[in-house]
Amino acid sequence: MKRLVVGAHYGLMDWLAQRVTAIFMAVYTLIMFAATLGGAASSREAWHALMANGFIRYLTFLFIISLCYHAWVGVRDIWMDYVQPAAIRVTLHVLTLFALVGYAGWAVQIIWRL
Amino acid sequence: MPPEIRKPRPKYLALHQIRLPLAGYASILHRVSGAGLFLMLPLLIWLLQLSLASSAESAAMFGAVTGNLLVKLILLGLLWAFLHHFCMGIRILLIDIQIGVEKQQAHASAVAVMVVSLILTLIFGLKLLGAY
Ligand code: HEM
Repeated sequence: MKRLVVGAHYGLMDWLAQRVTAIFMAVYTLIMFAATLGGAASSREAWHALMANGFIRYLTFLFIISLCYHAWVGVRDIWMDYVQPAAIRVTLHVLTLFALVGYAGWAVQIIWRL
Repeated sequence: MPPEIRKPRPKYLALHQIRLPLAGYASILHRVSGAGLFLMLPLLIWLLQLSLASSAESAAMFGAVTGNLLVKLILLGLLWAFLHHFCMGIRILLIDIQIGVEKQQAHASAVAVMVVSLILTLIFGLKLLGAY
């Protein structure tokens, strides 16, 4: 049996996920931009208050998860386009995944204890 | 295979000879900007951490790091990367739902993406550098 260790055979779901996460991140960006216009970044205290707000923290959590999923699909696509040998490719995929999961934990931990 | 249809192999892409329409460059820059953002995520998360930590040392560290000229340049680059990726991302999503697929519109929107993201980089970048 032919086994694919790497490849885009799970493509449609990931393509859709990349779109959904992109839309969410775009909306989040606009919300944060509006908050900044409203003075949310005018001082450390104001910035802290914004990010500690329950609803914003909920959105930021979703943003972090979206970003990491989005970047996973995107960076994996880039490796698949330029790196052919399966062993190197799978190594790069794993490193990318580890990096992103770690970043997600780090970033969530920053906002979660505010 | 008859010789007349045998093509010379292997083929190479002579990158410096390839001429792309503007939308092609905008597309490549979307990839470059996404990759750049990915590579710089540790810096961005670290800055987020420093910006939110309550200790005075963190506040001082945040000021020192963001005051560094090299960091400023990197942040300026990332600002452009995010804005280009954002604008181009919206263009791609619109084309996905069949908006702006016509050649002329697609060209116009690619120009718009390049111009708008550069102008926004200028506006926000001057703010970042403390010009106003
Ligand atoms: C508002 C935020 C964002 C939007 C609207 C957005 C939009 C998109 C879209 C629509 C794609 C699919 C492109 C295609 O299929 O041709 C994409 C790809 C990608 N995105 Fe994003 N994105 C955003 C944020 C980010 C961030 C923060 C990162 C980095 C950490 C990122 C990294 C990538 C990468 C690496 C790709 C793959 C590029 C390629 O295959 O050429 N994106 N983005």
